[in-house]
Formats: sequence, C-alpha cells, structure tokens
Amino acid sequence: MALSSVDLKIDSGDFLAIMGENGAGKTTLAKQLNGLLKPRLGRVTVDGHDTTKKSVAQLSRKVGIVFQNPDHLLFSETVREEVGFALKNFGFEPGVVVKQVERTLESLDLAHYADTSPFLLSGGERKRVALAAVLAWEPDYLILDEPTIGQDYQQKERLRNFILQLNSQGKAVVMVTHDVEFVAECNPKVVLMSKGQIVAQGRADEVLSDDGLIEKASLVKPQMAKLFSQLAGFGFPRDVVDVHRAKMLLAEKLSEVRVRVAQSS
Amino acid sequence: MSLRVLNGFKFSSLKTPVHRLDPRAKFLLVIGIIVPSLLFTNIYMLAGLLIVQVPLLMVGRVTKRWLQSLRAGVLLSALIFVVNFFTGPLVNAVALTLRFLLLMTTFSFFFMTTSPDDLGLAIDKVGFIRWLSRRWLGYPNALSFTFTTAVRLVPTMAVDAQTVVDAQRSRGLELDKGNLLKRVRNYIPILIPLLLIAIRRSLELAEALEARGFPGKEGRTSLFELRFKPVDYLLLGISLAGIVLSFWVFFHYRVPTI
Ligand SMILES: Nc1ncnc2c1ncn2[C@@H]1O[C@H](COP(=O)(O)OP(=O)(O)OP(=O)(O)O)[C@@H](O)[C@H]1O
Ligand SMILES: [Mg+2]
Repeated sequence: MALSSVDLKIDSGDFLAIMGENGAGKTTLAKQLNGLLKPRLGRVTVDGHDTTKKSVAQLSRKVGIVFQNPDHLLFSETVREEVGFALKNFGFEPGVVVKQVERTLESLDLAHYADTSPFLLSGGERKRVALAAVLAWEPDYLILDEPTIGQDYQQKERLRNFILQLNSQGKAVVMVTHDVEFVAECNPKVVLMSKGQIVAQGRADEVLSDDGLIEKASLVKPQMAKLFSQLAGFGFPRDVVDVHRAKMLLAEKLSEVRVRVAQSS
Repeated sequence: MSLRVLNGFKFSSLKTPVHRLDPRAKFLLVIGIIVPSLLFTNIYMLAGLLIVQVPLLMVGRVTKRWLQSLRAGVLLSALIFVVNFFTGPLVNAVALTLRFLLLMTTFSFFFMTTSPDDLGLAIDKVGFIRWLSRRWLGYPNALSFTFTTAVRLVPTMAVDAQTVVDAQRSRGLELDKGNLLKRVRNYIPILIPLLLIAIRRSLELAEALEARGFPGKEGRTSLFELRFKPVDYLLLGISLAGIVLSFWVFFHYRVPTI
C-alpha cells in the first residue's frame, strides 16, 4: 500500500505545498484527488462526492492535475489545439472554447506560439503549454506536480506570481515539489509526507526551519533558514525562510546598531 | 487492462529448471509449437498443445502471471471469437480463438522464463544474424544488442504508457466512449506522446552509448557462454521432430477442424 494514515482537507482558496522524499507517495496522493486512483480503504471526497462514485472525467472538471512531464500529454499539431483539447472533452460550446483558449494563452505568455507545434518549443515552454492545457477549463482545484523543474529564474518568478494570482481569485492550488526555495518564497501551507504518510502540516516557515522534519523528509533547509539558525545567538528567530522577512529583521537590527554607534561616539 | 497483458511477457529472474534451459532450445520449442498451431485448426490438437505447456509454466513458477495475462487478453479473444462467429462456422471461431490463446501462452512462456541477456547471447551465436548485422549496421553484435535493448525497455515503456493514459484521462479523455471509430480515434492522444517519447529515448540512448565508446573493438567476448546440456538436446530433438512431423502431415493429409 502506497498511502496510509493520510488525513487531509483542502478548502477552496487554500494554497498548499506537498513535499517529501522520492517515493513518499506525493504523486499517488495527487492521483487520488481526481479519481485516477481510488482508495482501497478509507474515503476520498471532492466537494462532498465520493471519488469511487464519479468518473475521472467528472472529477477532473473540478480537480485539474498538471503532470510533471509535458511529454506525457502533448500530442496536437498546434498549441491552440492542445489547449482546447480538454475543453472539447468537457463539452464546452465552440465559442467558449475559442475564448478560453485565447485567454489562457495570453495569461501564460504563450499567445505568440498559438499556431506553433508544441513539439518545436523548448522544455520550459512545453511545460507552460501543459499548464495552459489544464488551466483553460478553470478547475476549482489545481494540482501541479513539480511545476518549477526546468524553469529559468524569470519563469519561476512568473509562475509564482501566476499561482498567487490564481489563489487570490479563490482557486485552491496544490503544488507537489522538492524546490524548498520556491516554497519559502511562496509561503503556502506545507504538507510533509514520508513513506506514504503525512508527517507534518503547518506554515512554510515553521516546517522548513524545523531540523527534525527537514531530515525526515530528506529536504534541505532554505538558505535563509540556514542563515537564521546560525544567527540565533544574536537574538534572531529561527523560523525565517523568506528574503522579505529576513530583510525586515536585519534592517531593524542594523538600525538599532547604528543608533548605538551614534550614541557612543 | 491493456497494460496488464505486458506483465505476462516480462522476464522474472527465478531459478527453476525451465529458466535454466538453453534459450536456443527453448526457442526451437516455441517454433515447434507455433508451426503446427498455424498449419492446423484441429481443436483437439490446439487444446493439446495448450495443455502441454501448463506443466512447463508450473515448473517455471509463472502460472499465476500467465493466467493474469490471459485474463487481460480476454477482450481480444472475445473479439476474435465474435468476428469469426459471424463470418464462418462455430468450430472455426472456437479454433481461431484457441489458436490466439495458444500463441499468446507460448510467447508468454518463452519471454517470462528467458532472460533478455541469455537471449542476446543466443542471437549472437547465430552466424547469419552476425553476418546480417555487420552488413547492415557495420557491427556483428548490433542486431542482438538492439533486440536485448528493446526487450529491456518494455517495462519502462509500460510505465510511460500508464502515465500518458493518466495524463490524458485527467484532461477529460474517455477511452471507452463513442462508437467504434471514435474509440479507435480516442487512442491518438495516447499513441502520439508514446511514439515521441520512444523516438526521443532511442536518440538519447544512442548518444549515451557513443559517449561511452560503443561499439568498441570487434571480437568482443562475453562473460557467460551458452552450453547445451542433455535436457536441451532432448528438447531440441522433440521440437525438430514435431516440426518435421507437422509439415509431413500437412502435405499428406487433410486434418479436420473437429
Ligand atoms: N503504479 C504503481 N503500482 C505500484 N506501486 C507504485 C505505483 N506507482 C508508484 N508506486 C509506488 O508508490 C510509492 C509512492 O510513489 P509516488 O510516485 O507517489 O512517489 P512521489 O512522492 O511522487 O515520488 P517522487 O518525488 O519521486 O515523484 C513508491 O514507493 C512507488 O514505488
Ligand atoms: Mg512524483
């Protein structure tokens, strides 16, 4: 059994990062959420509906999963068709399909590739097409498996803003990732998995600065957390993971020091 | 369902007398079963050839997986049965379905109990293949290497196939929806990514091999040498006799279906 003692509730508007070692069961958990896998024991419900009673297509309409490797889903002649594929499967009106596809391409900076073959795009671009192919039908819950792999820094920043924007529109976003720095910057709720179980849930800064948990899930602390655990002797808190908060704390300390230097001279 | 079939053709490394048979002798046995099953449609004979293999499967400890693969192949056999039922007499439909199950069993038996490495060694022993390989690909081991690599990639491809199916189903693709034509077309979004993944992987594999000096010098030797044991000669004799007998009967008698 790949999963056991997993008790997780995802509300609309939640922003979650699922982290954990290779083989921890993250992808398996994701597949449970749109019915690709059904629980043999226990229950999975989506908006109150038991997943064993609904088809994958019905569940996917609400729960959109973007798989890790875009090569597993791209097959169309043009990016436009690729993004429209799911909409046709879900029975959207032709007019709506066109409108949604254009909108999605626009928002992911892919509009100029609309008539290009997806196979001619770079790895990072193909990954964005895969994301667009799911976003196009505006699922209420969006699940991203390893969204940052192969993305350059600028694209990661864009992705982060995009995810935050979606989330602020009330969509639940769940990302499965090993990218601690990305999680530290996004500051979602972190669900830590290990050996098929959820071992911890909490705010990113709490979980990612906890030595015991970090080791358990074979993660590495974000740079900021490493720095601040060394600075603990100077009266800094340990649970600092993002640059923004680090800057605030350091600036505060520095201005104190400056004042003291000015007074003493 | 379709992916479970592959399990019935995957090698599992066990140490049984069946696994220890020489792959060349075992291959001849496969031919010895295939020849009569393609030459004749006699139901008793087909059933007999099928039943004869059960002890071999049992000794090789692969009966369970064989049954699983048969169960997965039930749909296809049903299709064969229905098509032939409407186009000919009932016995014919039974015979052709039986033939399908027999062929599947035979290949399944062979691949489940023969390691790809042994198979590569066996192929390397065939002078004609080495000659052909050198003519076409400039290197005598190339064809056997191609073959072993292909066999070894089957499980990887099966995992890929499952992921592709999952990814497309998550985009609302329903494989078993619509009329027959639609159902066939449903497989396009599955087949294209798989094909591209396979092509890309083969190009990468070729580059990785060349980067490690493949094919190296000619006259490569191998760590293990195949050697016929008495039981292999016995198998060889039975198979050859079976093949010759089949052809002899085929040219001299008309064997009824029932
Ligand atoms: N189809 C399958 N059948 C049986 N076991 C599987 C299957 N897929 C995965 N597993 C097993 O389930 C466990 C969890 O796998 P899963 O893919 O969910 O891990 P993951 O957390 O996504 O890992 P990664 O970080 O490597 O993506 C692994 O031990 C894996 O071997
Ligand atoms: Mg995974």
